[in-house]
Amino acid sequence: MAAVEIKDLDVVFGNNQAQTLSLIDQGLSRQEILEKTGDVVGVQGASLSVNEGEICVLMGLSGSGKSSLLRAVNGLNQVSRGSLEVQDGDARVDLANCNAQTLRHLRSKRISMVFQKFALMPWLSVVDNVAFGLEMQNVGKKERRRRALEKLEMVGLSEWQDKFPHELSGGMQQRVGLARAFTMDSDILLMDEPFSALDPLIRAQLQDELIELQERMKKTILFVSHDLDEALKIGSHIAIMESARIIQHGKPEDIVLNPSNAYVEDFVAHTNPLNVLRGRSLMTDVSDMALSNNSLTLNARENSQVQLESGRPISATRGEVALAVTPWNESESLDKVAENMLMVTTPEVSMRNAIELRYRSGQPVLLAEDNKVVGMLSDRDFYHALLGKHFTQDSNSEADAA
Amino acid sequence: MDWLTDHKLPLGDWMEAFVDWLTWNAAGFFDAIAISLEWVILSLVDVFLWFPSWALIALVAAMAWALHRKLSLTIFTVAALLLILNMGYWTEMVQTLVLVLTATSLSVLIGIPVGILAAHKRWVYTLLRPILDLMQTIPTFVYLIPTLVLFGLGVVPGLISTIIFAIAAPIRLTYLGISRVPEELLEAGKAFGASNSKLLYKVELPAAMPSIMAGVTQCIMLSLSMVVIAALVGADGLGKPVIRALNTVNISQGFEAGLAIVLVAIILDRICKKPGSKEEI
Repeated sequence: MAAVEIKDLDVVFGNNQAQTLSLIDQGLSRQEILEKTGDVVGVQGASLSVNEGEICVLMGLSGSGKSSLLRAVNGLNQVSRGSLEVQDGDARVDLANCNAQTLRHLRSKRISMVFQKFALMPWLSVVDNVAFGLEMQNVGKKERRRRALEKLEMVGLSEWQDKFPHELSGGMQQRVGLARAFTMDSDILLMDEPFSALDPLIRAQLQDELIELQERMKKTILFVSHDLDEALKIGSHIAIMESARIIQHGKPEDIVLNPSNAYVEDFVAHTNPLNVLRGRSLMTDVSDMALSNNSLTLNARENSQVQLESGRPISATRGEVALAVTPWNESESLDKVAENMLMVTTPEVSMRNAIELRYRSGQPVLLAEDNKVVGMLSDRDFYHALLGKHFTQDSNSEADAA
Repeated sequence: MDWLTDHKLPLGDWMEAFVDWLTWNAAGFFDAIAISLEWVILSLVDVFLWFPSWALIALVAAMAWALHRKLSLTIFTVAALLLILNMGYWTEMVQTLVLVLTATSLSVLIGIPVGILAAHKRWVYTLLRPILDLMQTIPTFVYLIPTLVLFGLGVVPGLISTIIFAIAAPIRLTYLGISRVPEELLEAGKAFGASNSKLLYKVELPAAMPSIMAGVTQCIMLSLSMVVIAALVGADGLGKPVIRALNTVNISQGFEAGLAIVLVAIILDRICKKPGSKEEI
C-alpha cells in the first residue's frame, strides 16, 4: 500500500502562481518562467508512489527540485497544483488542501524529518532535543524523557544525554537528529541530505546504521541525496530528478542497467556498480555459449568445459585438469573457495561476491537456477560492468569465444 | 531670502498647540498616569528604604554571587555600596535605582512584545523604524518640555522621558534576535508540529534570548544615563546633587555624586551581563 502518493505535483515559489502554472502548461523552461514571472519552479509534474516500508531516494544535483519535493510532503513547501496524499491510519490526507490543524497532526504523528544541517536547538541538552517533538505535543516531562532516552540508546548516545549539541561531533549531532525523528514514532521519515555534511567515513557508518535500524523499524523513508552511490546503497527505489522533474523512477539495479537518458547515464557512469548489479544482469546467457554433446564451453582458448546432465553441471575440466564443481550461496563463507573449483551460484549473486568467486577460484563463475545452468560470468562480463558498458547496446553475446 | 525669513513656518507653534490641546482634552488621563506611576515609585522607594542599609547591601551582594559565582565581583559590590553609604548618598542611590528599575521594567514590558510584532509583521517595522530613530536622536531636553507640561513636575516626567529614550534598545534587539533565528530551526519547529505559539515560546524566544538580554542590559544603562536629566524636571535621585553642584559650582559635591552614579552603573552592568558571555571582560 502506498504510504505517500504524489500525482502531477507542481511546487512553485513566488507570488504569481496562476500565471506560472499556465506558463508551465505552455511548456516554457524554468529559466524562461523565472524571467517572465519572477517565480521559481521547484517541482513540476511529479508523480511518485512510495510504498510502506520502502526507502525511496530522491536523487539529483542541487537545484533539481529534490528538496522542494521532499518538503512538500510535510507541508514545509506548499503544493501549487496536483495532489500529494499521505496515509494517515485508515484515512488519506491530501496535502494540497488540508487545514492547519490536520497539517499539525500529520507533522506530530505521521511524518518526522531529519535535516541536512541537523537543526538542533542549541539551548537544549541532547535529551531535550530528542524530546523536542514530544514537547510540541504537550507530552509530560517525565514521559518525554523516558521516550527520548529510549531512542537515544538506540543511536548509541545515552552517555551524552546531558551535553549540549555544540559539544558533540557532526556525526553525533546527526544521530541526535535521527533520534529526535524516531522519538515521534511516526511511520514516515523525511531525510533531507542527512549525511551530506559529514566526513566520508562517518557518512558510510551512519548509512550502515540507518540500514540496520530500518530492518527493525520498517518505516517509510523519503531520502534526498545528491550522491548516486548513497542512493544505490540505501534506496529500495530511486527517483532521479532533473530541473524540477522526475526523469526516472525505479529499483537501483534498473537505474544502473537502463538509464533513461544521457543525464542519468552520466550519473551511473561515475558510480561503483559492485553493490548494485546482480549476476543475472551481467551474465553471458547459456544460449549464447557453445554447447555440444552436453559439453558447455566456458573458455575456448583454455579449453574449459563443463559437462551437463539435463542442464545440471556434473563435472568440469580445464585442459587436462579436472575442476571441482562446487555450489555456493551468499550466506556461506568465501574462505572455502579454492583454486581449480568451478563455483556454481544463483543468478541473484551480487557483483562483488561474483568477482570474489572468480578471483579465488581462478575460473569463470557458473550461474544456475532450479538445477539448470542459466549463464556464466567471465572476466569480460565483469569488465563490461566496471567500465559502465553494460547499458550500451553492444551485447556480450560474443562471450569469450575469442 | 528676506521673504523666506519674514514668512517663518510656525512649526513650533503647531507643536505647542498640539500639546495644549492634549493638556486641555486629556488632562485627566495624563494625571491618572502621573498619579499612579508616582505612587508606584514612591512606594518602592519606601520599601527599599525600610530595609536597613546593610540588609540591602547583603541582598545585592548575594545576587551578584548567585548569578556569577565570582568573589571579586561580590567584594566590589559590597565595597562600592559601602562607599556610597559613607558619602551620604544612600537615599538618593535608592531613588535612582528604583527609577532605573521601573523605567527598565516598563520599557521591557512594552518593548519585547513590540519587537516580536515588528519581527513578524514587516509593515510594523517599516512604521516603527523612523519613530525609534526619532526617539533616540531627538535631544532629550526637547521632549522633556512636553512631558513636563503633560505630567507636571516630579519623578513621572523623568520616568517617561527615560522610557522614551531607553525603550528603543529592547525593541530593536528583540526585533533583531527574532528576525535572525536561523530558518532551519524554525523549519525544525514546524516539521515537528509546533503551533504558532509553541514556535514563538519554544523556538524563537529561546533562540533570540541572548539578543533580548543584551537589549535589557542596554536599556538599564540607557535609563541610568538619564538620571541627571530626570533630576532637571524634579525626579529625586543621584541626579539632584549633581544639578545642585553645577548650580553652585561645588566641585567636591559634583565629584562625589558623579562617583556614586558611576559605581551604580558598574554594579548594574556587571550584575546584568550574562555569565560566561563574551561581552564580559
